[in-house]
Amino acid sequence: MLRRLIDARMGLFLSVLFVVTVAVPIGNLWIAGQPVPSYVVALLGKYMTYALLAVALDLVWGYCGILSLGHGAFFALGGYAMGMHLMRQIGTRGVYGDPVLPDFMVFLNWEKLPWFWLGFDSFWFSMAMVMIVPGALAFVFGWFAFRSRVTGVYLSIITQAMTYALMLAFFRNEMGFGGNNGLTDFKDLLGFDLQSDATRAGLFVAAALALAAGLMVARFITTSKLGKVLVAVRDAESRTRFLGYRVEAFKLFVFVVSAMMAGVAGAIYTPLVGIINPGEFSPANSIEIVIWVALGGRGTLVGAAIGAILVALSRTLLTSWFPELWLFALGAMFIIVTLVLPHGVLGAVELGLAKFRRDPKLVEENP
Amino acid sequence: MQANQNATGRRKGRSATVSRALPRAWLATALLFAAAMLLVVAPAWSQSRAFEALVNTLPEGSYSDRAAVVAAIAATGDPRALGVLESLTEGQLFKQKTGGRIVALSGVGDPSRMIDAITGEDIGPYNKGAVKKIKINNGLRRDIRSATGVLSLSSADPQARLKAAQAAFASGDPAQLEALDTAMSAESDGEVAAALAEARAVAILNSQRPTADKLAAIAVLGARGDRDAQGVLAPLRDDPELSSPVRDALETIEQRQRLWGMAQNVWYGLSLGSVLLLAAIGLAITFGVMGVINMAHGELVMLGAYTTFAVQEVIRTSAPALFDWSLLIAAPLAFVVAGGVGIAIERGVVRHLYGRPLETLLATWGISLMLQQAVRSIFGPNNREVGNPDWMSGAFEIGAMTVTWNRLWILVFALIVFAGLLTLLKRTAMGLRMRAVTQNRPMAAEMGINTGRVDALTFGLGAGIGGLAGVALSQIDNVSPNLGQSYIVDSFMVVVFGGAGNLWGALAGAFTLGVANKFLEPFAGAVLAKILVLVFIILFIQKRPRGLFALRGRAVEA
Repeated sequence: MLRRLIDARMGLFLSVLFVVTVAVPIGNLWIAGQPVPSYVVALLGKYMTYALLAVALDLVWGYCGILSLGHGAFFALGGYAMGMHLMRQIGTRGVYGDPVLPDFMVFLNWEKLPWFWLGFDSFWFSMAMVMIVPGALAFVFGWFAFRSRVTGVYLSIITQAMTYALMLAFFRNEMGFGGNNGLTDFKDLLGFDLQSDATRAGLFVAAALALAAGLMVARFITTSKLGKVLVAVRDAESRTRFLGYRVEAFKLFVFVVSAMMAGVAGAIYTPLVGIINPGEFSPANSIEIVIWVALGGRGTLVGAAIGAILVALSRTLLTSWFPELWLFALGAMFIIVTLVLPHGVLGAVELGLAKFRRDPKLVEENP
Repeated sequence: MQANQNATGRRKGRSATVSRALPRAWLATALLFAAAMLLVVAPAWSQSRAFEALVNTLPEGSYSDRAAVVAAIAATGDPRALGVLESLTEGQLFKQKTGGRIVALSGVGDPSRMIDAITGEDIGPYNKGAVKKIKINNGLRRDIRSATGVLSLSSADPQARLKAAQAAFASGDPAQLEALDTAMSAESDGEVAAALAEARAVAILNSQRPTADKLAAIAVLGARGDRDAQGVLAPLRDDPELSSPVRDALETIEQRQRLWGMAQNVWYGLSLGSVLLLAAIGLAITFGVMGVINMAHGELVMLGAYTTFAVQEVIRTSAPALFDWSLLIAAPLAFVVAGGVGIAIERGVVRHLYGRPLETLLATWGISLMLQQAVRSIFGPNNREVGNPDWMSGAFEIGAMTVTWNRLWILVFALIVFAGLLTLLKRTAMGLRMRAVTQNRPMAAEMGINTGRVDALTFGLGAGIGGLAGVALSQIDNVSPNLGQSYIVDSFMVVVFGGAGNLWGALAGAFTLGVANKFLEPFAGAVLAKILVLVFIILFIQKRPRGLFALRGRAVEA
């Protein structure tokens, strides 16, 4: 079983991930002089959640050919579910000191908690919602779309419309999710102070574990028999259908799993950065996720994670060094990857290695 | 004369409440004297003398005394009264320290010269030390406004009379009734007479006139039928005597308002639809005809808008006289700029990605990011000011709805572009080649068509039309580097809804979505209306995955 899940690249990636996950908290918490500053811990944690989001997208795009331009919506919904729990945890420590209502509701003169906020004071209920809400949206959306055989570019465009509509909706104050400002000013999670280094390191470890678990789940699905059908759908949808497979059911399954994974990523992201706002729903964000996957290497899972981390890292560095250049760089990435790196960085590196080792099989596959 | 007596009576009442000190007593005497003059001596001569006396008392006393004097000045109906009172409102009326003459700044011609307020004689340059300003406050300004309103009812300029009648309508002061009656009997201009009748109706409703007069007034207002009339009538709804006719009139007005409101919504919808059509029609070429997803289309629109900005800048600095032509100059330039960039995109990137729509989508998105940043680096991140030429600004009214010229011209422009494009595709050799390449590329190549060149030109055509859209949008939207982003989702919705590959689909899609959006807005609010439309399209795509006007045949599956 384990041998099926962990091939060479997965093994290598997980080992590096393990080392980083152990070393970073030690460097931050227990070594005098803090060789790893606290902001780096939060930053790396954020990268991990992006990587998990990229893996989720790779699962549907790389293996099933569904190019979702709305995966940011599932990520943001997970983030909002977590944010709602964190808002409820603030209790009387808010600016207005209302024990039940979050500050923005007091500000808007709301009388009582809307029904959809009920239950979010419980951690486990919220954690369930982190997966259920994105999953349910994906189920309803996918059920309609896949059953009526909306495919290809049309599907991409309506997923984009979905996240755009959600963004507009969450910007409205009347929705009850804090409007423009979103949810912020969180205090603690399960009693741990979110400002403390230890909590941040804990969240970082949680993000790393979630990423590893996400990779394992995705790998489990793609190496199973079901995974073979998914690839068949990707490469020849009509033929698969004529062979007797219920294509829409396979697509729906993997779409929902992927949305839940994105929701989990969002849920860890929110306490790490301390805010979730409607900007996360913007179509531009969702398209950027696609470039993470494409840059790393579509259909490789590990590559998607690497791509997310590479892009996020270069964004951090470039926006602080040459803020003007960042969009040029990102735009160039989109163009170069699609034109000259069809298999992404991982594909190029592996091909290079194969040529170096004169491995005839790989060279033949990638002329 | 009756009007003068009325004004005098009011003046007495006011001065009585403030008779506190000696100067005020003196003033009251002066006023009484003036009033006596008015009543006793022969009208023309006495009017002019009374006017002069009143103007000379202006600097005396407190603000409320001055208000009484102002009313009296207006009541003289002297032709010079308007000028004096306007100078007073502007704070440009002074008393000379020596001689005590009342002087004013000489208006528009040379504001630094002084004239005698009464005789109009030129006194010499304005010398701040030699004069004392006659002070004014906001309460007094209000009094002057209503007083001058009545005065301008007898102005020679029909526009001024119309404005005065409208002001009288808004104030609804029953004290103006006599003035309105006088003005109506002398009025020759039909439009002004109607406005006067309406103003008179409002004044009657506010007065103590008998019910029969008020019923006639209600009929007049009911016929006017706009929101202002509604505002006047609504408080009278529960008046015991007038209740039923007022309710009837209100009902008629509401009915009329509903109809016009619907017409206005249709107009707004068509206007939004024309904007959507302009933004989407170029996309309909690249996406619809070529099957290429051009995510940078919004940025081509933005380039068109910035071209307009650049053209206007050049015109402002070197040839201001051409400003009214700026849009006509900018349109072909925008077409060339955006079209050129489009051809460069096609030859540089898109050409290598035919048959891989998802990759095209990503690559063009990358191009859109770079174009955005390039414009941001060159023109700065802030909104740029693009002016409206004269023929694009302003509005006119049809019944109870307002139509702005810029929206109307944009609708016309969108339809012209649409018709031009349709002709190009259906009636020219170029269009024939484009359609041939779309429908069967290898066969078209066999027939000797240079497919690569046709691809580039088709893409450039779509891009150039995006640039034209930018010229139009620069007139109604902020010209900023984010301009394109705000249209890209909407224009894709139009193309997908209308059905890719069909220009008529884009037309129907744009106007349907525009009108639907504007009809939802009153019930749901602007944002929710947009969300509802998006949800509707998402559901619609499930039902008809290829849009309203679907292409049929082999090309569909390719």
